[in-house]
Amino acid sequence: MHNLTWAFKDSVVLARRSILHILRSFDQVMSLIMFPIMFMLLNRYVLGGAIDTGKVSYANYLFAGILVQTLAFGANYTTINLAVDMKEGIIDRFRSLPMHNAAVVVGHIISDLFRNIISGLIIVLVGFVIGFRPNASAGEWLLVALLAILFTLAISWLSAILGLLVKSLEAAQWMGFIIIFPLTFISSAFVPTNTMPSVLRVFAENQPLTHVIDTMRAWLVGTSLDNSGWLSFVWCIAIIIVSVPVTAWLFRRRSN
Amino acid sequence: MATKHSRISASVAIQAKGLRKSYGEQQVLKGVDFTLEQGSILALLGPNGAGKTTTIRILSTLLKPDEGSASVNGFDVVKKSAQVRASIGLTGQFAAVDDYMTGRENILMIGQLYHLPAEDLPERTRDLLEQFDLVDAADRPARTYSGGMKRRLDLAMSLVASPAILFLDEPTTGLDPRSRLALWHMIKELARGGTTILLTTQYMEEAEYLADNVIVIDHGQVIAEGTVSELKAQAGAERVEVTLKRAKDLHVVRKLAGAEASSDEETLMVTAPARKGAESLYELLGKLNTAKIPLESAALRRPTLDDVFLALTGHATEEEAAKEAKHA
Ligand SMILES: Nc1ncnc2c1ncn2[C@@H]1O[C@H](COP(=O)(O)OP(=O)(O)OP(=O)(O)O)[C@@H](O)[C@H]1O
Ligand SMILES: [Mg+2]
Repeated sequence: MHNLTWAFKDSVVLARRSILHILRSFDQVMSLIMFPIMFMLLNRYVLGGAIDTGKVSYANYLFAGILVQTLAFGANYTTINLAVDMKEGIIDRFRSLPMHNAAVVVGHIISDLFRNIISGLIIVLVGFVIGFRPNASAGEWLLVALLAILFTLAISWLSAILGLLVKSLEAAQWMGFIIIFPLTFISSAFVPTNTMPSVLRVFAENQPLTHVIDTMRAWLVGTSLDNSGWLSFVWCIAIIIVSVPVTAWLFRRRSN
Repeated sequence: MATKHSRISASVAIQAKGLRKSYGEQQVLKGVDFTLEQGSILALLGPNGAGKTTTIRILSTLLKPDEGSASVNGFDVVKKSAQVRASIGLTGQFAAVDDYMTGRENILMIGQLYHLPAEDLPERTRDLLEQFDLVDAADRPARTYSGGMKRRLDLAMSLVASPAILFLDEPTTGLDPRSRLALWHMIKELARGGTTILLTTQYMEEAEYLADNVIVIDHGQVIAEGTVSELKAQAGAERVEVTLKRAKDLHVVRKLAGAEASSDEETLMVTAPARKGAESLYELLGKLNTAKIPLESAALRRPTLDDVFLALTGHATEEEAAKEAKHA
């Protein structure tokens, strides 16, 4: 028990460090604020007019897509932060301390959660400004928040694996874009999947991001839910269950 | 037997036995042995790539040896790594400070990770900032610090928990002479207070000033061990060294300097063993003065790391060899 308490306290100390990085780095503050706003506005006003989302207005349709995309990019910072830490001398210092080593990873994951809570709130605000009109109950909002947290954790742990695999900061930066951009575009985030060519469509309809987006969309604006509800939770939990031990194994391997 | 054993472990702070480490084909450590008494300073002296950092990384639990064993503060570095970590402070070869955090935040964070009582931390941090002359910069992000300031912060961070054993990997590399001297004083002070210190360096004078004992390593092997004066004795005595103004004096001066003198026509330098130390220089200068021979410079030259190396290994340090290769 004692051990676990310390592991948690160490993680909080390092999460605080990582959050200070967010607040004190111009890059990170800009991407935290500008990225969701920019994507929201571009999609809504450039693409929005040309996309047919049936009975749902495009602003209503878009909201869940942008939210999930932003959460995915936010959670991806673990890749970059971990890659930087592993390269710099500071990881040796941490490893020479009587602290819990896992805290180095967990700290970044907690700070991703912090980052995503902030950008989630920004998206809700901007969403209302551009015409997002949800009809969700308080309970449904709570479910959306819960799924958002679970999804953030899943992507963060996956990102931790990437962060431990890449050899350079540049690779870490590109990795996120190469993986997350296609995943969000080949999903139901910005356009309904039924207009996609069949191969893409099969992929889009069965990948986890679509399930998460469809679930949030259903709860927020009342679109149909199908199997996505439980599938989105199963996906997130499965990703966490697999990636936590893989991260631990990689971390131990990388540090020797 | 049992009493003998416990007496040994009470006074030995670090013991390394047959440490070996390879990276792929390359054998980086080929069986390194040494012991270090509590409260003493040991310098690992060696050229680039000798295996100094690798040794420190093994002793500070960052790296597992392929073979051999080591104990730090009585704990095995592999089997009891947690206890080892609680007894050591490490200042690595490259600064390990968080650039976005202030000096104060850096020290506080490390104190928290050492699990020190929260109520003692602010005061401890203030003391360290003062001791390392960082009070004015305490609340600025470390990325605005100069190299020397970062190095001092780095050192302050490894001292938060007042560790019994301190590892310093090239602590003064990149410092100006004044900061170097200040750091030397601090290191001495720590040892006087009972801290055991293992440091690495490439500078003979640093080892000479700081260390009670020196271990010279080259290509992953200990090639000499002892006090600095013992090593210097092996490297030969001090030498007098005069540089002439005129090439035509070379022959005469060489004769005046004695049978063992040698000269270089290109640099116009004559050197000879200084059996009587400074006295020898004094004597030679007297003779040259009488003969009215103008000099560019004159000096008493102590054996350097390069001389020690040459004497011990028959080859110069890699750096020196590279310099010579360039000249040839
Ligand atoms: N992770 C690694 N992978 C492969 N080779 C390594 C690794 N770390 C060190 N080496 C090699 O081991 C040898 C010893 O390295 P080490 O860092 O211990 O030397 P050093 O004595 O500290 O040198 P310096 O004075 O340059 O710091 C070098 O040849 C180096 O290239
Ligand atoms: Mg080194």
